[in-house]
Amino acid sequence: MKKHTIRFKLNDEKVSLDVEPNDVLLDVLRNKLGIKSPKVGCDRGDCGTCTVLLNGKTIRSCLALAVEADGTEVVTLEGANTRKWTRKLQSKFHEKNAFQCGFCAPGVILSATELLEKNSRPSNHEIKEAIAGNLCRCTGYEPIVEAIAEAAKGRSSHKTQVTGHK
Amino acid sequence: MPITTEFEYVKPKDMDKALHLFSLYGAKARALAGGTDLVVHLKENIAHPEVVVDIKDLGELAGLSLKGDTLRIGARITFSELIESPLIKNKFPLLWEASLTVASTGVRNRATLAGNICSAVPSADSAPILAVYDAEVLAQSVKGERRIPIAGWFTGPKKTALLPEELLTAVELKIPAKKHAGCYMKLSRYEGEDLAQGGIAVLALSDNTYRVAFCALGPKPSRCPKTEAVLNGNKLNEKLLIKAQEVISGEVSPIADIRSSKEYRLHMTGIMLGRALETAVARLSGKGPKYGTGNIL
Repeated sequence: MKKHTIRFKLNDEKVSLDVEPNDVLLDVLRNKLGIKSPKVGCDRGDCGTCTVLLNGKTIRSCLALAVEADGTEVVTLEGANTRKWTRKLQSKFHEKNAFQCGFCAPGVILSATELLEKNSRPSNHEIKEAIAGNLCRCTGYEPIVEAIAEAAKGRSSHKTQVTGHK
Repeated sequence: MPITTEFEYVKPKDMDKALHLFSLYGAKARALAGGTDLVVHLKENIAHPEVVVDIKDLGELAGLSLKGDTLRIGARITFSELIESPLIKNKFPLLWEASLTVASTGVRNRATLAGNICSAVPSADSAPILAVYDAEVLAQSVKGERRIPIAGWFTGPKKTALLPEELLTAVELKIPAKKHAGCYMKLSRYEGEDLAQGGIAVLALSDNTYRVAFCALGPKPSRCPKTEAVLNGNKLNEKLLIKAQEVISGEVSPIADIRSSKEYRLHMTGIMLGRALETAVARLSGKGPKYGTGNIL
């Protein structure tokens, strides 16, 4: 197999590395780049715990080849500071106790980030629809939906601080 | 889970190069768009390509446009792009409705309609929709272009009429000339991300003709000509519906699997048909629920 040198932006930092054609993005993020927030769950696209933002859209990083990331922008929970809503969601999740074991939380928060970036006034149904692909075995989802709704409601109550990663 | 199959990865910038690869490698070449099926198959050792051809740089495959009454959906178009397109929502609301039921946002952001029908699993949500619109599949090879009617596209479970040296480039749908409305009724175990246990698409036209198709209720998605024959020319009423429900039970051949029993699927086929017909007819007269709401059983 011919190796490929890929260059992409990871949480606002430029990265460049060699990957094999059959390297999976999730494995490269975790094992070569030290990014541990996307988790290995079902590893076949069903559970959503490997969710990352690729060019602003949530994808299953377990179903992307690493080589496909070339020239893209990847954001994981480690890059929360780079997105307006992610930080706010994190603090609401903390406040509402919206995660217990935390395994699904990075994926859920990124799915909610994508939702709020498109629609800052989501209905409860839209929130549920947005996180339908993220399985949580602990919370029963109610506190998660509440945390996302509260993050959205708080949109104008105080200015969001967007600070750089570095 | 690492992928153990070794392959080369190529991302051609033009169609000629892509088609040359498919001509050269045939079945040993696999097209990669969203990867939501292919990467699973690579991980599970079901697919063993020598070369994976990433088609995401091919501009010819990116279009989503209406010319006259013909909609062209390029092979790179994802379900999210269909859902976000006002053209689809306004002119092809039935396709819009079915797209909303495909997996979840994180999958729909990558998964393409073309990939859905190339994987050709019996539960493909887009298949019954394409069937009721009499869609055509466009395939290209170095020898030229071929148009394959959707009725001849699915040849069996996970099997299609696409030749190994061909690349699916687009799917075309025509807006029916008559006023029409549709409904996609999907049976799944829970609302959210799940494959269909069964699905029925109905398109009701203003001249009292009906188009009915299913997924996950037989080895391949299909239209239901006998059911349509019973319905055609008639206004929908309870007696007609009961007759249609009887007939469709002979047109489907559901299996028992992990998601439901054969008997349950057979029973629900009639119920899905009834609700889909009633909803489509109600929508045709300007009533009925909005598209995309309340029709997941």
